[in-house]
Amino acid sequence: MASITFEGVAHSYERHPRDERDFALKTLDASFENGGAYALLGPSGCGKTTLLNIISGLLRPTRGRVLYDDRDVTALPPARRNIAQVFQFPVIYDTMTVEQNLAFPLRNRGLAAAAIARRVAEVAEMLELEGVLRQRAAGLTADQKQKVSLGRGLVRVDVAAILLDEPLTVIDPQLKWLLRRKLKEVHARYGHTFVYVTHDQNEALTFADRVVVMYDGRIVQVGSPQDLFERPLHRFVGYFIGSPGMNFLPCHLAGNGLGIDGTEVVLGGAWFAEAASRPSARLELGIRPEHLEVLARPEPGSVEARLLRVEDLGNYKLVSAVLGPHRLFAKVPEGREIGGETVNLRFPPTRTRLYADDRLLV
Amino acid sequence: MDKPTNNGAWLLVVPVVLLVAFNAVMPLMAVVNYSVQDIFGPGQAYWVGTEWYREVLGDTRLHEALLRQFLFSGLVLLIEIPLGVLIALAMPRRGWAVSLVLVILALPLLIPWNVIGTIWIIFTRPDIGLLGYSLNSLGIPFDHTASPLDAWITLMLMEVWHWTPLVVLLAYAGLKAIPEAFYQAAAIDGASAWKVFRYIQLPKMRGVLTIAVLLRFMDSFLIYAEPFVLTGGGPGNATTFPSIYLVKVALGQFDLGPAGAFSVIYFLIVLLFSWLFYQVLQNVGRGKAR
Repeated sequence: MASITFEGVAHSYERHPRDERDFALKTLDASFENGGAYALLGPSGCGKTTLLNIISGLLRPTRGRVLYDDRDVTALPPARRNIAQVFQFPVIYDTMTVEQNLAFPLRNRGLAAAAIARRVAEVAEMLELEGVLRQRAAGLTADQKQKVSLGRGLVRVDVAAILLDEPLTVIDPQLKWLLRRKLKEVHARYGHTFVYVTHDQNEALTFADRVVVMYDGRIVQVGSPQDLFERPLHRFVGYFIGSPGMNFLPCHLAGNGLGIDGTEVVLGGAWFAEAASRPSARLELGIRPEHLEVLARPEPGSVEARLLRVEDLGNYKLVSAVLGPHRLFAKVPEGREIGGETVNLRFPPTRTRLYADDRLLV
Repeated sequence: MDKPTNNGAWLLVVPVVLLVAFNAVMPLMAVVNYSVQDIFGPGQAYWVGTEWYREVLGDTRLHEALLRQFLFSGLVLLIEIPLGVLIALAMPRRGWAVSLVLVILALPLLIPWNVIGTIWIIFTRPDIGLLGYSLNSLGIPFDHTASPLDAWITLMLMEVWHWTPLVVLLAYAGLKAIPEAFYQAAAIDGASAWKVFRYIQLPKMRGVLTIAVLLRFMDSFLIYAEPFVLTGGGPGNATTFPSIYLVKVALGQFDLGPAGAFSVIYFLIVLLFSWLFYQVLQNVGRGKAR
């Protein structure tokens, strides 16, 4: 088990990268703690799989160093890094039984038969595979096959980290949560460092203690699920996490407040001083649909917006409204009656964020 | 099950039934017809029952030809399948070299069969052939027209040169279809190159290798044009395979009855062995474990 540190790591798939744009992974300095459950979250092409392959050693970064604890592993191939990896599509050895699959990494490392049998039995019990041990792995269902590939990693006692590359992609929806819970259980029991790559925010937020959000080859935020929700450090995090994502209103300095672009609305508040320090930046206010308040009647500080529609989603109502040229979403509890031509919206100061050039100011 | 049934739909398969009837069933039935009759000329046919079959089954020259044929096909499979897999494993996986290697490999497959025989006659002639002349100059006597062993060596070389590329192409296609993740997982599991081959590449090539074995068995078992051109079945009877013998009997001696009977037996042998190979290859390593 080990912590994983990146020192100035960058990777380009070009043979001779010329500038920043040629890099799939921009220069990165970060550290994953020993025993943590990390999720790498981001859209396709953000560099998360590249980063995972750099951790596993399948890719050697163009620049920088990778450390496991204090050991420089940058030049080591996957087999010598002592990591385990579960791939998007189940990788199993078709002609072997489940038992032989699980024993394979240990046999390759020349362990004694008794030790192998003990480890295999323990892992099979943990993963609830005892019943199929003597079956051919080719005949299993997709979720069982994924368990077998996970098991091949777990049988090795000295595994430094367990890497999972979108492991639930091919699993039936009703089995996904079972397997996800099993993963959490395995993490709690063995305390390996887990790195879980996904583009599904639900998977990331439910699995990980620390979510690493990636965008365009960079890490934009590392935080607990709550951090990402409450204080997105980057506009992308606000937009990507949550359903629907954060509302953003482009704004400008106006007197003692912030004027919403394209409207007469001026919001006063604590943001002003921060905004004034960055007069040339592109400013945006951001607020989560969960935090945007819909009031029954106008109040001081509230803003009138045109009501577009109300969708009842069963456990909450999604209100769409238009403020000048901007569309806003708000979530309100079931049971509230909302109608008419207009709604009154309030931006609670403690929950409204200000972004300058996509980065959080306050 | 309450699928709608409409017997009119059978009409849709009539064209293909007619096609198969004209190019396969009717010629085959004609052969069966010859095999149970004695034919002297148009309209002069007499029913002889199983007489030709008894004659053919007791013909020692045919026994020898069949034994020769099994030896030949066995050698073909033993050499071409492993060699083809080895070459496919050694081939580049990406880049411009792939196209180059594929084109070079495909060349023997593009040459007409009778031309192949001619090429090898010239290549191995002791007086002017590159191979034949070189060997004889080195003091190794080599003449496929005089020595049965040399004839067999030449024939095998020609066959391997001609058809191994087909096995390579099939095996290469099978290898290319293996997802990269399997190799990555094997690297992480610490598998040696041999284990990667044994547990990933070979099982994943099962399908294409089944096809390769079937094609090579059937084709080699029915071989005619190449030995006919190269050796004409000689020296002596050393390279007289059943197909060559069959043509001699049917056309040379105009013994249509025995030729028909032997054709039917020949057909059944090929059918039986193709089925056997298919069953074995489909089930090897797949049965219920322990």
